[in-house]
Amino acid sequence: MSLLHWAIVSPFIFAIMVPIVYKYFRKIHTGWFILPLPILLFSYFLSFLSNTRENQVTSETLTWIPSLGIDFTVKVDGLGLLFTLLITGIGSLVVLYSIYYLGKNKEKLNTFYTYLLLFMGAMLGVVLSDNLIVLYLFWELTSFSSFFLIGFWYDREKSRYGAQKSMLITVFGGLCMLGGIILLYLMTGTYRLSEIISLVSPELFEHYLFIPAMIFILLGAFTKSAQFPFHIWLPDAMEAPTPVSAYLHSATMVKAGIYLVARFTPFFGESPVWFWLVSGVGLLTLFWGSFNAVKQTDLKSILAFSTVSQLGMIMSLLGVGSAALHFESIPDSYFTVATTAAIFHLFNHATFKGSLFMVVGIIDHETGTRDIRKLGGLMTFMPITFTLSIIGAFSMAGLPPFNGFLSKEMFFTGMVRVQEMGLFNLETWGILFPIIAWIASIFTFVYSMVLVFKPFTGKYQPEKLEKKPHEAPLGMLISPIILASLVIIIFFFPDLLSESIIAPAMASILPSLLSGTETFHVHISAWHGFTIELFMTIGVVALGTILFLTREKWKQVYNIFPEKLAFNRLYNGLIESSQRLSHTFTNMYMNGSIRSYLIYIFAFFTVILATTLAVKDAFTVNTTNLAPIGVYEVLLSLLIVIGCIAILFAKSRLTSIILLGAVGYTVSLFYVLFRAPDLALTQLVIETVSVALFLLCFYHLPKKRNEERIRFKLTNLLISIGVGTMVTLIALSAHSNKLFDSISQYYVENTYTEAAGKNMVNVILVDFRGFDTMFEITVLAIAAIGIFSMIRLRLAGRKER
Amino acid sequence: MKTNDIILQACTKIVLFIIILFSVHMFFAGHYEPGGGFIGGLMTSGALVLLMLAFDMRTIKKILPIDYKILTAIGLLFAVGTAAGALFFNVPFLTHAFGHVDLPILGDTSLHTATLFDLGVYFVVIGVTMTIIQTIGEDGE
Repeated sequence: MSLLHWAIVSPFIFAIMVPIVYKYFRKIHTGWFILPLPILLFSYFLSFLSNTRENQVTSETLTWIPSLGIDFTVKVDGLGLLFTLLITGIGSLVVLYSIYYLGKNKEKLNTFYTYLLLFMGAMLGVVLSDNLIVLYLFWELTSFSSFFLIGFWYDREKSRYGAQKSMLITVFGGLCMLGGIILLYLMTGTYRLSEIISLVSPELFEHYLFIPAMIFILLGAFTKSAQFPFHIWLPDAMEAPTPVSAYLHSATMVKAGIYLVARFTPFFGESPVWFWLVSGVGLLTLFWGSFNAVKQTDLKSILAFSTVSQLGMIMSLLGVGSAALHFESIPDSYFTVATTAAIFHLFNHATFKGSLFMVVGIIDHETGTRDIRKLGGLMTFMPITFTLSIIGAFSMAGLPPFNGFLSKEMFFTGMVRVQEMGLFNLETWGILFPIIAWIASIFTFVYSMVLVFKPFTGKYQPEKLEKKPHEAPLGMLISPIILASLVIIIFFFPDLLSESIIAPAMASILPSLLSGTETFHVHISAWHGFTIELFMTIGVVALGTILFLTREKWKQVYNIFPEKLAFNRLYNGLIESSQRLSHTFTNMYMNGSIRSYLIYIFAFFTVILATTLAVKDAFTVNTTNLAPIGVYEVLLSLLIVIGCIAILFAKSRLTSIILLGAVGYTVSLFYVLFRAPDLALTQLVIETVSVALFLLCFYHLPKKRNEERIRFKLTNLLISIGVGTMVTLIALSAHSNKLFDSISQYYVENTYTEAAGKNMVNVILVDFRGFDTMFEITVLAIAAIGIFSMIRLRLAGRKER
Repeated sequence: MKTNDIILQACTKIVLFIIILFSVHMFFAGHYEPGGGFIGGLMTSGALVLLMLAFDMRTIKKILPIDYKILTAIGLLFAVGTAAGALFFNVPFLTHAFGHVDLPILGDTSLHTATLFDLGVYFVVIGVTMTIIQTIGEDGE
């Protein structure tokens, strides 16, 4: 194991130690023991920056299941590094924040940090694994740890609901992704991501598995990243503790899908289906998320929908950026701006959204509520928090001087340039891209303003609050302050990241555009001159302000879309109806009556055998090999037939038993007739014993039962006729199709010479095939012991009495 | 009122030995003529059942203090033991051996290990039938 492997595994090792530390160092908040790990990892991963800058890839392999092509290969390239830095960096801040957020004595800190570390390790594994199976493994581990974290307060109904919902949706996507991975393996013969990407060729586009694989992989990415219509789990996941929401549901886990899409862009990117799906779903999500965020009243719900919308924005940028792969080389990186924007905004979103969640957490922590209808006028109580929220929300709205402005401008640039690409009929439909983006941005502006101005300005309503609000402790403020200062620093020095992080990440997403040692040159500046993007932003601000101020008047718009058709309703309905359906279905066929089960068994028996016989055309009757029929056979057969039919029509059970005995004795007569003395003897005795036992049962029947004939039922008649016919047909066919001679000649010849016996039946039973006999007597012994214990050990019955 | 079944009892006393002798004959003749451990065992237990019919169960239990479950186990042991004995002579499981042996009283006798196996069957069948009948019979009392 290399150091890199240890780095990924270290959170898991720490997770094992958390309960021990928690138990023996109760006086110190467990978080302090965790905090060094992400910081250490962050600084370790920083050391890769110089490598990835030159597009060098660090790769380490650890064999796991070599025979299946599965190994734990870790690869650090630009894209992976960006994500690891986010995971470890924000991870450190979140751990620090959680130390102040979660009480030492109130909460189960051991479970919290165990889950959090599990999640951190899994996330590192997702973004660094080069082997798709290992990636999937870590992917599911993020789902599981996220499930645990959402359900952290498991005594709350809503937490459990949210956890279950997110689990169902993300695991659904994860399984789809596994399907996609397997399809990819079938296409390319390898699980190695880097090899798969290097194999991309026009022939693969024509491969019949190409589109299914793409759709399955995208389903995985869309569910994880809360894209339309799978976004519904994210708002419900807000029941998790705020540090979790900040970490998982804004900065890291929900970006795993983004990572996956970015990762597979070199492979799928040139396909128009990919372009339309990724950018289309992204834009839809962008609009839907921002549109819905405005009507929310819970601060965390606003943030959840805003996350959904921002993720949609990044997704659409990745989709649009993939179109750049159609151009061999880009002198002025004209169409790659979308990809640049995606990565840049990915980073920016993590900074401002993380800080916003922490701010909301502080409000919740200090006032006891997150409902914007109860909050108001907190500005004077919490000046620092207010400042932080202004920075975060204005950045989210895309205003200068915050980093959101830069990425939003680039977003508009990317969308406006879509029309000029000259691909996939974009001349006609391309105009929609900037329009949707612009409308969504207006809504983004509105909810960002709601986020800032509703809680902090307006009227202070102390009677609605549980606690008297006051500024948060310093420790809680450190993390959001760091994030918020990043927000501002990046605006003023945007090129700080461009060469070190964004360019290498782009090289991972669009590798085919580079040749040799070429690298991307990214230049981000705050001022482009009076371009269309600037006017779009001005339009956003102007319209957004109007909409924000007149919010109360147009809120009716949300009633147009009926609540009944909401996706949550759909989800709940789906869950409920599937449960109801399976319940009804199971009740229908598992009705507990042995009669119906027998009907199923015999019906299937008849149908399957009849079809086989018909399909194989196997029914033949061959009369050449038949023995002559004598008088005795006819007589005995008649006896048996009469006996059997009489059983069906017997009025009393006693008659049936006696008739059954008669049939049994006739069978033994048949044995006599067909020269089987051993069988005849045994049959006689056994028949006697079983008739005696039947009589015993008869004697013990409850008295009140009426004696009556078997009731006639058509289904029973049909099925019994069917079974009888089938067996007869098969017996006839089998007899007519003898392929080999019998092996009995061997026994005839060797019974005396080899086994020193003259009774061939007995010699076969005890000598040639004594094994069967040995186990048959074992069966008898088991039966006897079974009867003995059934009768003697009636413990339950005794207690009832 | 207790019925007097002296005829039945007297007949049973005579018939019993004939049946048992017949069953033993069946058992030993099994290798050459119809019969064998199975039918022999059934016959013997038939004799015992007749005894139980003529007298009552407790008396029979006193006369023949046999635990038939143990008899079953012994029978199984015989069967498995005969089969496993072959392993000592480096031949496959359940290989029988036979030959003429000069016994002290009987003189030159043909012996076969299959008889031991059959004896196991015989015991098991007696044990099983009698266990079942005894259990059910005692339950009714």
